[in-house]
Amino acid sequence: MGIEQKLGNMGVVTTTLEQVVNWSRTRAMWPMLFGLACCAIEMMAAQSADYDMSRFGMELMRASPRQSDLMIVAGRVSRKMAPVLRRLYDQMPSPKWVIAMGDCCSCGGVFNNYAVVPGVDTVVPVDVYVAGCPPRPEALVHGILTLYDKVSQEKLVQKES
Amino acid sequence: MHVSVLDLAVKTLQEELGESFLESFDFRGQITVVLKPDAIQAAASHLRNHPELQFNFLAALTAVDYWPQSPRFHVVYQFLSMSHNVILAVRVPLEPGKPDIDSIDSIFPAANPHEREVFDMFGITFKGSRDLRRILMPWDWEGHPLRKDYPLGEEEVQFSFNFDEVNLRKQFARE
Amino acid sequence: MFEPKMDISVDELRHLLSERAEKGETMVLNMGPQHPSTHGVLRLLLELDGEVIVRCLPDIGFLHTGIEKNMEIKRFDQALVMTDRMDYLNNLGNNLCYCLAVEKLVDLDVPPRARVIRVLLAELQRIASHLVFLASHGLDLGAQSVFLYCFREREVILDLFEMVSGARMMTSYIRPGGVWRDLPDGFEDAVRDFLKGIHRRLDQYHALLTKNPLYLQRTKGISAITPEDALDIGLTGPLLRATGMSYDLRKEMPYSGYEEYEFDVPVGTTGDVYDRYIVRMEEMKQSTRIIEQALAKLEPGPFRSANRKFVPPPRSELGRSMEAVIHHFKLWTEGYPAPEGSVFVAVESPRGELGCFLEGDGGPKPYRVHFRTPSFVAVQALPHMAPGHLVADLVAIISSLDPILGDVDR
Repeated sequence: MGIEQKLGNMGVVTTTLEQVVNWSRTRAMWPMLFGLACCAIEMMAAQSADYDMSRFGMELMRASPRQSDLMIVAGRVSRKMAPVLRRLYDQMPSPKWVIAMGDCCSCGGVFNNYAVVPGVDTVVPVDVYVAGCPPRPEALVHGILTLYDKVSQEKLVQKES
Repeated sequence: MHVSVLDLAVKTLQEELGESFLESFDFRGQITVVLKPDAIQAAASHLRNHPELQFNFLAALTAVDYWPQSPRFHVVYQFLSMSHNVILAVRVPLEPGKPDIDSIDSIFPAANPHEREVFDMFGITFKGSRDLRRILMPWDWEGHPLRKDYPLGEEEVQFSFNFDEVNLRKQFARE
Repeated sequence: MFEPKMDISVDELRHLLSERAEKGETMVLNMGPQHPSTHGVLRLLLELDGEVIVRCLPDIGFLHTGIEKNMEIKRFDQALVMTDRMDYLNNLGNNLCYCLAVEKLVDLDVPPRARVIRVLLAELQRIASHLVFLASHGLDLGAQSVFLYCFREREVILDLFEMVSGARMMTSYIRPGGVWRDLPDGFEDAVRDFLKGIHRRLDQYHALLTKNPLYLQRTKGISAITPEDALDIGLTGPLLRATGMSYDLRKEMPYSGYEEYEFDVPVGTTGDVYDRYIVRMEEMKQSTRIIEQALAKLEPGPFRSANRKFVPPPRSELGRSMEAVIHHFKLWTEGYPAPEGSVFVAVESPRGELGCFLEGDGGPKPYRVHFRTPSFVAVQALPHMAPGHLVADLVAIISSLDPILGDVDR
């Protein structure tokens, strides 16, 4: 009796606007193809049939930054590539998130020299770091689920500085 | 055995180049010939065109920096003969203070990308090359990374004991 | 901190583009480092007349990692770890090339069982690499199911690598003197199971693409090249064999016991994209033959050299022998010294001839190490192969060259 029963029968769900927005943002996040080096091969393996990523809504990897919301930086970022990375990040429309996949883009990895940028978080702000060299596809999936948890707790009215 | 092709190569190079042929030695079964820089074009065309040698493939072209010893740079060529299956290494010490050498890309067109890489990494110019630009580093990079007096460029490693200090210095990207 | 800045000015490129570009008849476009079909971060400057390519200039260096300089500050065994990351689809092959060079430099022996294991793993790696070629080649031309099938096979091979070394890709399993540790129980049965299934799967892949009229139209006759031109550019491996010249380093300059195995070397005729595909498919079949022979050759024995000056002793010996402790201590604190001198060793990687030039100076670290990588030369073949074709053909050409940008830029 009362409004709960009536609504349930009519197939209506009540929730907050924030939850709906976060739910929809996570369920169909399109990643941008940013495979640079060895981690890209494990990202392709995560895309393939054994560790399917399309069950998270990431069926397609959009090549164009204008049509994607997630940038998975997979592989080592060299000093020649860093401006290109920043330009592509600027071209993505917000809301956008970044996963740093692998050791080389999290902290420089095995390489500590003139050619590799030690950690991509000096170029773009990173949300989730996935460790491993290269991380197993299951580790990448775990990173994506961690990102989903993070997104589902985001507030709607928040100054994005 | 294929050793006779290498011996023939060393002998004919010595006859052809005369003074510019400095020495030849054998290390672990691989024969290396040491020449002066002005002889490299003659040597390359001799190795390629001689009917019994047929070194028709340039397997590798690289350089070694012996700073602070002098002569500082040695350019090393590896010529491969596919019909005889032998590799001959040619080493050319460059004169101190003059890091340039003739390019062999008119004889072996495959040399061009390797020469560009040696120019990029060591600063050795190849005279007469059809295209000499930086290939691996950005076009406006200063310095030649693989020289021994170029620093490795190490960054400070962030361990747990200095985690917060490094965080203060690190320039995180803003949105 | 990293602001985008304009790069190469047209003045520097004037001598490389044709005169029509200055008049404005043709346009110069950038097929940028981030592109779905360039197999990594390869940048191409295309001069286009409509859709026909007039000039094509590759711009590489976006993945330059400074591996050669970084290896100079590490000891020989530590530097091995970096070789995995160069050509990241041929990890064990890179390890093998570097280890052969180190063993030649310090004159270290390798026991027979280790040689057989090396051949077995190198051929498994070759099949895995050709599977990724097939997957990305199909994906670039629009056949997405080929991508899914090939990666399914590759997972089986990666499970085998994990069984042996603990890591799927960056194994560092082949070390100077032999291999890291003995093969685990169940490995040989797992390889036999894999071999049973692979023949049927290879026939399935043939059925998908080889006689497909769409595939034939897209690949036959595209960028045919003569053997002389290929040698002038410096191509080796499947690219050279597709032109008709039969040159395989495993047969001509055998290493690690390859002279004892029976296998054929597939050769093409015209050197076009279709022939390169057929050569690689046949090579996968020949690799299975070699693996079968290697399994039959496996005999019990030591898996790494017993020369304790270079190879650390097993942990079980450390409790019993004083010399073992001293050797262990010396290897871990100083490393082993290499004589002064240089060697050059070439192996056959799935992409072509992979050479390692190693120079020692009497110390425990390599004074200079240089890798002659096949993809570096293959990418420079694009200015010869691309002109006259359409942009869609360029995609097929790039994927048939099978460049790996880690190999190109090191």
